[in-house]
Amino acid sequence: MYYSTAAGDVKAVDGLTFQMEQREVLGIVGESGCGKSSLAITLLKLLPTNAKILEGKVMLDGTDLVPMSDAEVRRKVRWTKIAMVPQGAMNALNPVFRVGDQIAESMTVHGAASKSEARTKTDELLRLVGVDPSRGRHYPHEFSGGMKQRAMIAMSLALSPEILIADEPTTALDVIVQAGIVKLLLSIKDEFGTSILLISHDLALVAQMSDRTAIMYGGKFVEFGSSKDVYGSPLHPYTLGLVGAFADIRKPRRALVAIPGAPPNLIDPPQGCRFNPRCQYAKAICREKEPELLEATKGHSVACHFWQEIQTQGGARQ
Amino acid sequence: MSEGGDNVLEIKHMTKLFNVRRTFAESMRGSSAGKVHAVDDVTFSVKKGQIFGLAGESGSGKTTILRTALMLTRPTSGSVIYAGKDLALMKRGELKKYRTKIQVVFQDPYESVNPRMTIFDIVAEGLFVNRLTRSREEAVEMVAKALNDVQLIPPEDYLYRYPHELSGGQRQRVAIARALVLGPDLILADEPVSMLDVSIRAEVLNVLLAVREKKKISILMVTHDLALCKDMVDELAIMYLGQIVESGPAQEVVSAPYHPYTHALAAAIPVPDPEAPKIKVLARGEIPTNITPPPGCRFHPRCLFAQAICSETQPLLEEVAPGRLVACHFAKEAHESFAKGLDGPAGKLEVQ
Repeated sequence: MYYSTAAGDVKAVDGLTFQMEQREVLGIVGESGCGKSSLAITLLKLLPTNAKILEGKVMLDGTDLVPMSDAEVRRKVRWTKIAMVPQGAMNALNPVFRVGDQIAESMTVHGAASKSEARTKTDELLRLVGVDPSRGRHYPHEFSGGMKQRAMIAMSLALSPEILIADEPTTALDVIVQAGIVKLLLSIKDEFGTSILLISHDLALVAQMSDRTAIMYGGKFVEFGSSKDVYGSPLHPYTLGLVGAFADIRKPRRALVAIPGAPPNLIDPPQGCRFNPRCQYAKAICREKEPELLEATKGHSVACHFWQEIQTQGGARQ
Repeated sequence: MSEGGDNVLEIKHMTKLFNVRRTFAESMRGSSAGKVHAVDDVTFSVKKGQIFGLAGESGSGKTTILRTALMLTRPTSGSVIYAGKDLALMKRGELKKYRTKIQVVFQDPYESVNPRMTIFDIVAEGLFVNRLTRSREEAVEMVAKALNDVQLIPPEDYLYRYPHELSGGQRQRVAIARALVLGPDLILADEPVSMLDVSIRAEVLNVLLAVREKKKISILMVTHDLALCKDMVDELAIMYLGQIVESGPAQEVVSAPYHPYTHALAAAIPVPDPEAPKIKVLARGEIPTNITPPPGCRFHPRCLFAQAICSETQPLLEEVAPGRLVACHFAKEAHESFAKGLDGPAGKLEVQ
């Protein structure tokens, strides 16, 4: 998916392939500007007018969403099949309507329930996410940050979607509140079999929640596999760099190592491997030929020309 | 330095209350206005060359302490002492000089540097305002030195660029250079990396560490990230609803806490390892309002160790081990439970 801008096309999401299974948490880790949120809105076809899907398919239960009209997506997919807890969900509630009415509205607008049914369901949903149903009569400003986030999750569950896209679901929340939201999302997955696409910049949060993890850089997946493999034996230099730059509370005091440079400009991404200007392992081939995402070990893919060398060195390091 | 000893900054029994505006109906009834207890009887000191961390959730009063240390807002009671002198008693001229000695680095480098000024103008502004130099040549030299100190090398490449040409990490380093150029004794850093991407956080943190090492500048850092504190900070104070509940050497506080709140904070931080134990919620509900803070220990309504005494008597911050101060009636019991891998007193388990 590309955005057209005056300066040229921004190649925000470029050649991604993945499948989601039922009752699975798929985590996508990446820094700002790497295309993770663009991926989310592409899946829902909530694209701004300057965005275009050049090629590719979004298959949901055997149907491709890409050729569907906007009205069709709205009727058949959004909220009923794929729902989203947006980034900054705390500001996503409308300040002038009662929280409960906003949750009920998501059901009545989609014609899924009558007004009175929607009201009963709202109470159930609020209880489910750990908010006292009587609070549904209150306005968003009377809610704390964590409660607003819980209300947004309740709303996203209103039409029992199969997939929940959680875009930075805990950013700007305090850690103890964040831990509560994480527990809530995981319990929803277990109880309803909902699949969750978790998008975050927080390496550790994704490690806690996801069954599989994709590391995204410059609009592409650079590493993808079971969370156990990706975190346990990272193969891509970028993943290794992220781990080295991340403060880990369990480990003894150590110096954090930055990855030199800055993320690429996606209007004019670097030739060859997009990570090569920041990579300590880069050689001539990395500036010429873009590495493909290939399976290194079963279920663990990496896009790097030198992953084997890195694996042997990385093994020594740990 | 006179009586301050090797302390650069001392905060003594600082309390800061903010008035809450009464509604019209309330003022007609004559009910008294509420007060926000932003900071309540906080005492600590920052030594020369030390990195002191203040950690806690939002609303715990961390930022108010920073603002008060800069005299941007005056404390309701208590004092801020710099090099043995009480700031509240300083004359305006003296205070102005003090402000060059204590510099601040804000959270968001996208908002704290003026997009229409060049890097040189941003960093040099303080030099001209404080009349530390009059000549442009001298200013260029001083700015170049400061840029060098924050690893923006070679400085000539950066002097006449604008902030939009720099990455977030580079902008934050410009903000640090702006602080350094005035030759401060202390830098106040308010969540200096929370707006930055993980891969470039370390470059900003390492610059701060190098500045401390080379120039013996003290840093008072406000953060909510305990994992970061462990890697960065020497002395750490954990705040809850305007009070310090625990303090001591950062590594010890984080890895072997005495206060149930510190333990709850640490247990809620995810680690980048899917095999590691899952994060836990070890405090009930959310941080309450500090307009009418809970009686007794302010943490008791959320605490797993709370007993009757906790809602009646406020625990004092006392030394429980060398260098370790804790305000909790059951600090020893809690500490022993945590050491055994328990999260609460025997028989009680995780909340939720």
